[in-house]
Amino acid sequence: MAPAPSSTSSAITLNINGEKHHLPIDHRTTLLDALRERLDLTGTKKGCDQGQCGACTVLVDQRRVVSCLSLAVAAEGREITTIEGVAEGDELHPVQQAFLDLDGYQCGYCTPGQICSAIAVIEEHAAGWPSAVTDDPGPDAGPPPLTPEEIRERMSGNLCRCGAYVSIVQAVARAAEERSAEERPAGEDAAEGHAAGKHTAEEAAA
Amino acid sequence: MREFGYQRAHDINGAVSLLAADPDARYLGGGTNLVDLMKTGVERPALLVDVRELPLDRVEPTADGGLRIGATVTNSDLAVHPEVRRNYPALTQALLAGASGQLRNMATVGGNLLQRTRCGYFTDLSQPCNKRAPGTGCPAVTGEHHNHAVLGASDHCVAVHPSDMGVALTAFDAVVSYESAEGPGEVPLSDFYLPVGDTPHRETALPAGALITHVTLPAAPVAARSRYRKVRERASYAFAIGSVAAALTVEDGRVREARLALGAVASRPWRARAAEAVLVGAPADGATFAAAADAELAAARPLPHNGYKVTLMRNLVVSVLTELAGEDAR
Repeated sequence: MAPAPSSTSSAITLNINGEKHHLPIDHRTTLLDALRERLDLTGTKKGCDQGQCGACTVLVDQRRVVSCLSLAVAAEGREITTIEGVAEGDELHPVQQAFLDLDGYQCGYCTPGQICSAIAVIEEHAAGWPSAVTDDPGPDAGPPPLTPEEIRERMSGNLCRCGAYVSIVQAVARAAEERSAEERPAGEDAAEGHAAGKHTAEEAAA
Repeated sequence: MREFGYQRAHDINGAVSLLAADPDARYLGGGTNLVDLMKTGVERPALLVDVRELPLDRVEPTADGGLRIGATVTNSDLAVHPEVRRNYPALTQALLAGASGQLRNMATVGGNLLQRTRCGYFTDLSQPCNKRAPGTGCPAVTGEHHNHAVLGASDHCVAVHPSDMGVALTAFDAVVSYESAEGPGEVPLSDFYLPVGDTPHRETALPAGALITHVTLPAAPVAARSRYRKVRERASYAFAIGSVAAALTVEDGRVREARLALGAVASRPWRARAAEAVLVGAPADGATFAAAADAELAAARPLPHNGYKVTLMRNLVVSVLTELAGEDAR
């Protein structure tokens, strides 16, 4: 229900990691502060709090966004996924596992944002999205090769003050390879595998 | 941050009447700039009208072969739209050169055009700023201005418009459509941003409370061979210190058609019509491209610490046009 114009707070319902949370909220509250301070979901980190570092990255309707510039009240009705919600029970998300295996962090503070961002990067790439470093042959081309240069550009919204970038790039590359191998049953050629990936990602984003 | 009301708009007229009823109300799109400015106190709205659920999220072909882009289309969705990638590649490149993947997923076309300058004095409430607080002065003229304007500025304000997307849209003659309490209207993007003069706080030709509904790109076959190149202080995720959107058609060694716009050099995306006039009909070679750049930059009035931009823009224009001419010859 829409609040009266004069009201500066609302009772809202946030759908986070498949669970509904009802809470009264001052409209000034960012999604980041609602997650951390109100709902005890402290996996999402506050870095710069002004949209410049990516530490607070979460997925909203399966798209990566910075939660520090998202108002909680504006996130009502959307499907929010935080780092607490990416694993399947005890089984880590492949991107989480790749960060662990390949040391994609040092202090770990930027890691939840890096992982949420990387999950989306892999889907964006599979959907055929070009990046600023793609020599774009046009919309009919499939995903460009996911080179280290492509990964660095696509992940540039996530800063790591420890400078773990070398391992982060390797972790994203490995998780992306695993995803495309999964999409590509034995015997099917690579082009068809990419087309299938695109289909899935478009459905997910719809 | 000042307390504020929040309403989610479900139809365009409803949104417009909410703004008409309250001069302290603002439209909320992606919020990537507005929420940031609210945190610092530059913006202090009493009411936010969230427009993201309005039916303005489509990119549709127009009868004449152009594109009609809804104001709430995100930068991500516009960048990867097949017709944009095919027919206006410089627009895709400009969008992908801006911000980060996260911010492009949030930012909308309408909000991108209305984003505010990143001049450090504008965002710092402890400083004077004619744009934020009219009549208080412009410390940038004698202060920190290495990334400020070299074209079209005044002693009252030397801030630049930060959009990448707007530079490509300006090159391709985009038209902004809006809805206001007085009814609908439209204005070419090249007239959308007002001259700085002594009123830098008056930024656009939009009537008070108007809502941008669409941006229309006319059909432009020349745009199919176009390019956006951005120079910045780091490789990614930074505002431009200079950028160029260009399109070129070459026939029998001569320029038949040219589009050129410059970014991060003025208070608005800068359509380089003087350069275009030199290009059309002239031999498609380095001498012509340099003469075109010089014709545009003859009006440049650099400050003590941003003179590099004149040289940078000259080289950038020549480089991008040379590349485009080379592609056309293939």
